[in-house]
Amino acid sequence: MSNKFIGKSVKRTEDKRFITGKGRYTDDINLPGMTHAYILRSPYAHARIKSIDTSAAAAMQGVVTIMTGDEVGHYGVPCGWQVNFKNGDTMKEPPHPLLVKDKVRHVGDAVVMVVAESREIAQDAAEAIIINYEVLPAVTDASKAVEAGAPLVHDDVPNNICFDWEIGNPKAEVDEAMASAAHITTLEFVNQRVSPNAMEPRSYIGHYDGVYDKYTLYTSTQNPHLIRLLMCAFVLGLPEHKVRVVGPDVGGGFGSKIYHYTEEALVTLAAKKTGRPVKWTETRSEAFLTDAHGRDHVTKAEMGFDGDGKIVGLRIKTFANLGAYLSTFSTAVPTYLHGTLLQGVYTTPKIHLEMTCVFTNTTAVDAYRGAGRPEATYLLERLLDLSALEMGVDPTELRLKNFIPAFDGITQPGYQTNVALQYDSGNYHGVLQRGLEMLGYEDFRKAQNEAAASGKLLGVGFSTYIEACGIAPSAVVGSLGARAGLYEVGQVRVQPTGKVSVFTGAHSHGQGHETTFAQVVADRLGIPMEDVDIIHGDSDTVAFGMGTYGSRSLAVGGSAIMKSLDKIIEKGAKIAAHKLECSPDDIEFADGKFTVKGTDKSLGFGDIALTAYVPHVYPANLEPGLDFSSFYDPTNFTYPFGCHIAVVEVDKETGATKVKRFIAVDDVGNVINPMIVDGQIHGGVAQGIGQALLEGVEFDGNGQIINGSYMDYAMPRADDLPMFELDRQVTPCPHNPLGVKGAGEAGCIGSTPAVVNAVIDALWSAGHQVKDIRMPLTPERVWSAMQ
Amino acid sequence: MPKITVTVNGTQHTHEVEGRLLLVHYLRDVLGLTGTHVGCDTSSCGACTIHLNGNAVKSCSMLAAQADGATITTIEGLASGDELHPLQVGFKEEHGLQCGFCTPGMIMCAADLLNRNPNPTEQEIREGLEGNICRCTGYHNIVRAVQHAAGQLEAAS
Repeated sequence: MSNKFIGKSVKRTEDKRFITGKGRYTDDINLPGMTHAYILRSPYAHARIKSIDTSAAAAMQGVVTIMTGDEVGHYGVPCGWQVNFKNGDTMKEPPHPLLVKDKVRHVGDAVVMVVAESREIAQDAAEAIIINYEVLPAVTDASKAVEAGAPLVHDDVPNNICFDWEIGNPKAEVDEAMASAAHITTLEFVNQRVSPNAMEPRSYIGHYDGVYDKYTLYTSTQNPHLIRLLMCAFVLGLPEHKVRVVGPDVGGGFGSKIYHYTEEALVTLAAKKTGRPVKWTETRSEAFLTDAHGRDHVTKAEMGFDGDGKIVGLRIKTFANLGAYLSTFSTAVPTYLHGTLLQGVYTTPKIHLEMTCVFTNTTAVDAYRGAGRPEATYLLERLLDLSALEMGVDPTELRLKNFIPAFDGITQPGYQTNVALQYDSGNYHGVLQRGLEMLGYEDFRKAQNEAAASGKLLGVGFSTYIEACGIAPSAVVGSLGARAGLYEVGQVRVQPTGKVSVFTGAHSHGQGHETTFAQVVADRLGIPMEDVDIIHGDSDTVAFGMGTYGSRSLAVGGSAIMKSLDKIIEKGAKIAAHKLECSPDDIEFADGKFTVKGTDKSLGFGDIALTAYVPHVYPANLEPGLDFSSFYDPTNFTYPFGCHIAVVEVDKETGATKVKRFIAVDDVGNVINPMIVDGQIHGGVAQGIGQALLEGVEFDGNGQIINGSYMDYAMPRADDLPMFELDRQVTPCPHNPLGVKGAGEAGCIGSTPAVVNAVIDALWSAGHQVKDIRMPLTPERVWSAMQ
Repeated sequence: MPKITVTVNGTQHTHEVEGRLLLVHYLRDVLGLTGTHVGCDTSSCGACTIHLNGNAVKSCSMLAAQADGATITTIEGLASGDELHPLQVGFKEEHGLQCGFCTPGMIMCAADLLNRNPNPTEQEIREGLEGNICRCTGYHNIVRAVQHAAGQLEAAS
């Protein structure tokens, strides 16, 4: 494998269309005869529908059809992951109908769909629909929803509990360890609900071609095949081979576009019913009500230490809010993506998590960038820094004392945690030490003391995180309740002229696959990058793939492509050997040439490609063609890790926090394109800082989101953030061919606790011994904490 | 219905438009210039930023009818033929975009900023882009893209 492109910050090939306004997002697509849908939604968080009158709307000029729950309410979208109660009972899985006919369960629940000649007519008609509701009391807080007498979101789900669950060592062993502790740090906190806010609102177009009896769904999704499978097999009962799902350019996802949403099935049904294409694009206000939210945990966590500062136990009780309905992967997030990360990077010998997953009258909650791992990291890293403050020791020394020692996963075994996972490779000391060098730790503490003397509050916060990416293997996740496999497909089609088309089941919605994957293919085959085309996002051209989420694309999708490349080279060697009259074992392939070892006799990649398709002088018993498809099912997750350090200044008078510096040293294994990986870290860090300081979905007592617009929901803007200081270390993944781990979520996982820890540190430096401030750390909350 | 005449990217168009039609929807749906995006419904995100008579404007914040007689440049009209605008070059060179959805508005806003202030400080760039939201980049490389376009990065290296 040559290194002409791998490891280089190659500029992105996909940029040209985006910077010239030629990107093609779903809402940019207009089909002949297209109609437009508007969905009338519940204004109440919890109410019985007494009557629906659509007669006036139906009579309006330009209205094509109106659909209600009576027509499509028997269809519902499924949950993709089954988790059982502690006692073995199956989780509660109430239906999530496409349109509701009996009881609405959150503000924004869909009741009627109007299809009309234009978006404006559809909206006008919806305003003429009369729905009588009997409003019911609503509950939005997971810890309150389980109390006796709380409103029931689903009448047949007692106490609103979807399931309870536990992981780790036996509870009694953890209780015993905690009883022996010299110091216990207790932290009760909320990891608040946030809205993903991909900049492109969700948009879908349903199309039905009666001539070929073929459906097409254009959808702003992260995983077209998964949507096709769910919609065909579990929602509408359509024949999968007669359905094409296309995910064209997609304007960000961050998890929120993984799931199969009701509107995807609705536009598909409406297209068949009307015989015309049907487009639905949400408004941003609708996005706040209907795109799956993230986080929303209410937690009590205790960490016990012995007299030497070694962690002896970790005991946690958490309520996770799932919202009103189960979104596609919602049940996996608080459990297998959160509970399994509670070892962190520490040798904690006894861990127990008790988790209760709860329905409330709120928008569904599912994976949002990091998905469970930010919640686990927040819990651990807040406890580490707070424990250091409480015990009067240095937070970095406390970490160094408790880190799992470095291991490469090759000569040294992987690290078996107490919460099911086996880490692949790691060097946690390394990233912390590099971070401290970049910070100039001793100088910082001096500056902090001097600042305190002059009335300025400076603080530093640390976070040494680990995450699990490329969730797999399929057999294991299946045994844990996943209703899908977690492999990826990669097809490499060498064209007769030696140009290469690569089909990947991964889907790029900002990650730059068209560049990164082409770098890998070009180097493996020794050809120019412009000879490689990366094709993704269309279920008719790409074999069944699983899409992009959980930082899996390169580790899983890239590995599938590598497998196919190996097959191409192996077959190419046979063709070359025949033409060069030697054994295939005597052929070596490098820099695009098949060469007889020890000679100057060689054939170029293009020659072999042409021979494969014009097989006149060709080995007997070898098929023509040079086109291989491979499925790659990893043997383990990958485990990136890193050290994030935030330096903040807190204004004593106003409570306002300014992030002065943000240092991120990440180890994501081998890196194909450093520029793209850095960009992924930047974006993740910004979202993590956003959660710490700015963001949070707030409900009022009636279940209304009171900040459901960009006027009201604070996301980081350019002047909220500093330039980030990045470095990386490389501990290759020992179990995939590229040695890569995944970088998409790292920034979002590590950054949030670092920022909050820094604010707490700043307050302690001024004598305010505050344990916690509820996120987001608004000036008002920080100021109040200082009074 | 009001009749409007506008010059968009050098071409004159005359259309009858619904009084309530927003300029952004006129550009996208009537003229087919889909590079201008809609990211919100409160004029807060800046994805729809265009130049109207030489100034950056959020095209969701005005009616098409109000643009009668105006000269408009959208992202599709920013390059000179095959020659990209320095900001388009800057965004590509500095990896100032990921999903690309905010990019047209971000570039149009930055172009207006550089027209008014050809040599902005980092803080001036950040404040100048405050009306445009990007969820992918954390703004780090967007700031660098603007510095690149302003010629500041070459000068520094």
